[in-house]
Amino acid sequence: MSEQDVRGMDRRGLLMRCAGWAGAGALYTLSGGVFSSMMMDAARAAVPHGGRTKPFTFVQISDTHLGFDKAANPDVRATCLASVAKIKALAQKPDLVVHTGDISHLSKDAQFDDAKAIMDGIGVPVFYIPGEHDMLDEGGGKAFLAHFGKGSLGRGWYSFDHNGVHFVALNNVSDLKPGGMAHLGDDQLGWLKQDLAGLSASTPIVVLGHIPLWTVYADWGWGTDDSAQALALLGRFGSVTVLNGHIHQVIQKVEGNVTFHSARSTAYPQPAPGAAPSPGPLKVPAAQLPTMLGIRTANFTTGQAPIALIDTPLA
Amino acid sequence: MERPSRSILRLAISLAITVPALGFVAFEARGAAPAAAVQIKDFAFAPQLLTVKPGTTVTWVNSDEDPHTVTATDKSFHSAALDTRDKFSFTFTKPGQYGYFCSLHPHMTAKVIVRG
Repeated sequence: MSEQDVRGMDRRGLLMRCAGWAGAGALYTLSGGVFSSMMMDAARAAVPHGGRTKPFTFVQISDTHLGFDKAANPDVRATCLASVAKIKALAQKPDLVVHTGDISHLSKDAQFDDAKAIMDGIGVPVFYIPGEHDMLDEGGGKAFLAHFGKGSLGRGWYSFDHNGVHFVALNNVSDLKPGGMAHLGDDQLGWLKQDLAGLSASTPIVVLGHIPLWTVYADWGWGTDDSAQALALLGRFGSVTVLNGHIHQVIQKVEGNVTFHSARSTAYPQPAPGAAPSPGPLKVPAAQLPTMLGIRTANFTTGQAPIALIDTPLA
Repeated sequence: MERPSRSILRLAISLAITVPALGFVAFEARGAAPAAAVQIKDFAFAPQLLTVKPGTTVTWVNSDEDPHTVTATDKSFHSAALDTRDKFSFTFTKPGQYGYFCSLHPHMTAKVIVRG
């Protein structure tokens, strides 16, 4: 997609979005920027469903790894702040931001607090899911839930609607089994089945999961053991966009009506699948680093049209 | 006056030699308690299969830039998250097979066999 196309879309999106503002405003007046399932249920009731969608933009940010201080990027806080500045400078202000995990590097309270303070600076609601780096406290994820899990269910999953789009936020990084990859678990899959049951097949679905929900590279654990069961539940929907982080690079795949997209990190790049002895942080020359970090903008136009994703590097 | 002082000096010298030597022997005796090391490097445990005698203390060292954990499959022992250069030790007292993995990167699996 050329820059001209992007600008054109932004202008059209802006015009249409002005008309759609009332609904969006109502949603976030109710939620006050703080997620809670009860509030979201109320919001869902007030938001149009299938066929009554309204255009809007949201942003995906991922793998901020606050607390990482190794050679691959000794200042992840600076690149996180640069990413937030990029979001704030967008021609079209996003309605919301999703953070697809590895918020912290080591699940420290100070790292979570710092992340929240930085992300709150964007000035729009931010929806978080955990990465495996957010599960490293002695409670195995309790610290993440204490900071970001208000109103979520189980180990931190939830859903919400915005302008007719149904967002599903999953946790596939808890209680992982030896020899396996990422894992959703029967309790979360049971909830997902229930969550999707009442939706019409024309409802656009956005799924958030930290580790890819398709197998990118099994040798490095880049996949989810039981994703087939989740995808079976999503198969009847006309438009499903799956957004993940974890692998610190843009890789995409289309499978029927489901598109999978992994995002860049704001902290450090990782090697392409199998291109290095391990998936550890990839050291690149300092000048090259910002070209391998970045954010993703998602433009939702209407109905069954695929959500247009634009990956923007920091430089 | 010179003779006694010389003998004291001699005693002091002999003590200076023997006391650390005794200490060294004692340390050696303690050091005989078996120890083994496992490196965590390039998202793998090395050696992946380690056989030790009962009473062996195994120490894991993380040489990666990514954190890892040492987590027993049956949860009988587990480390905190080990950042770069962090260590974790566990003493295996009973014979058996102890599978373990990294709870962040569960494709990283390994085993300690304790045999008398």
